[in-house]
Amino acid sequence: MNVAVIVFPGSNCDRDMYHVLTDVFKLNATYFWHEKGLPKNIDAVILPGGFSYGDRLRSGAIAAHSPIIKDVKKMAEKGVPILGVCNGFQILVEAGLLPGALLKNTSLNFMCEWTSLIVENNTTPFSNKLKLYQKIPIPIANGEGRYYVDSETLKQLKKKNQIVFRYSDTVNGSSDRIAGVCSEDGNVVGMMPHPERAAESQINPNDNKPASLIFESLLNAIGVQN
Amino acid sequence: MAIFIVHVTIENKPGISDPEGETILNDLVLKGTTSTVTKIKSAKMLQFTIKEKDKKSAKIKVQNICDELRIYNPMVSKITIDVFDA
Repeated sequence: MNVAVIVFPGSNCDRDMYHVLTDVFKLNATYFWHEKGLPKNIDAVILPGGFSYGDRLRSGAIAAHSPIIKDVKKMAEKGVPILGVCNGFQILVEAGLLPGALLKNTSLNFMCEWTSLIVENNTTPFSNKLKLYQKIPIPIANGEGRYYVDSETLKQLKKKNQIVFRYSDTVNGSSDRIAGVCSEDGNVVGMMPHPERAAESQINPNDNKPASLIFESLLNAIGVQN
Repeated sequence: MAIFIVHVTIENKPGISDPEGETILNDLVLKGTTSTVTKIKSAKMLQFTIKEKDKKSAKIKVQNICDELRIYNPMVSKITIDVFDA
């Protein structure tokens, strides 16, 4: 199974993601520079965190126009699992693959701390091994992480079961404490917290099992026996 | 063709909190000597220099660029466009 890790100018979580995919979950991962296209034999796509284009204009706004995004959109239409983490989530939103916007945190601070998520949808390719309402200890690291949707869009997200993760506490002012959402079809998921920084016991002071289930969900979704 | 300067001001839509503007108001301006300021909104301004036949076409061209390339996110932001002679 082939997983693409897309690298933009300014990505800085690409190697962490690659390490977790290959060393921990034994997947065949490959880096793809944003100016290249994606081959057809890709089973999943991950847009890692970072500061693409130095967050110029606003986070993810410029990377959303990178040539590779055309292929990401084609794969999204085909139902290929696609995950955007942190800046990857911001890029998916700016590319129109996920609804909403990511604004500056209410505190105006860059927030780097452990949080706790609640699973709200366990039917996506990145949450199917988790229990509904299960808690996930996981870190955030962002300045523009306040997820915003207007009230009408929020109503639609609830109706279509597109809220995948909520913060258990009010962390940064996000609408309805939303930390992660999915597309209507469910195969495109974006989340601000970093599962790749929480999936191993050596780097998770709480419990790494719930975050590791995000990756095990992907294995399950693409048919890898674990 | 003439050269025009086009200012694009990107600001949050009404009802969307603007913690930067609020901080500048509450923690800087109102702590100074002036107490008559009631609101400050932060915004981002982009200045385009463009060659077009007149001000109207300069404004339309820049508006199209902003819409097509999502220079602003219409979910949260609105833009104001002002055109000046260079």
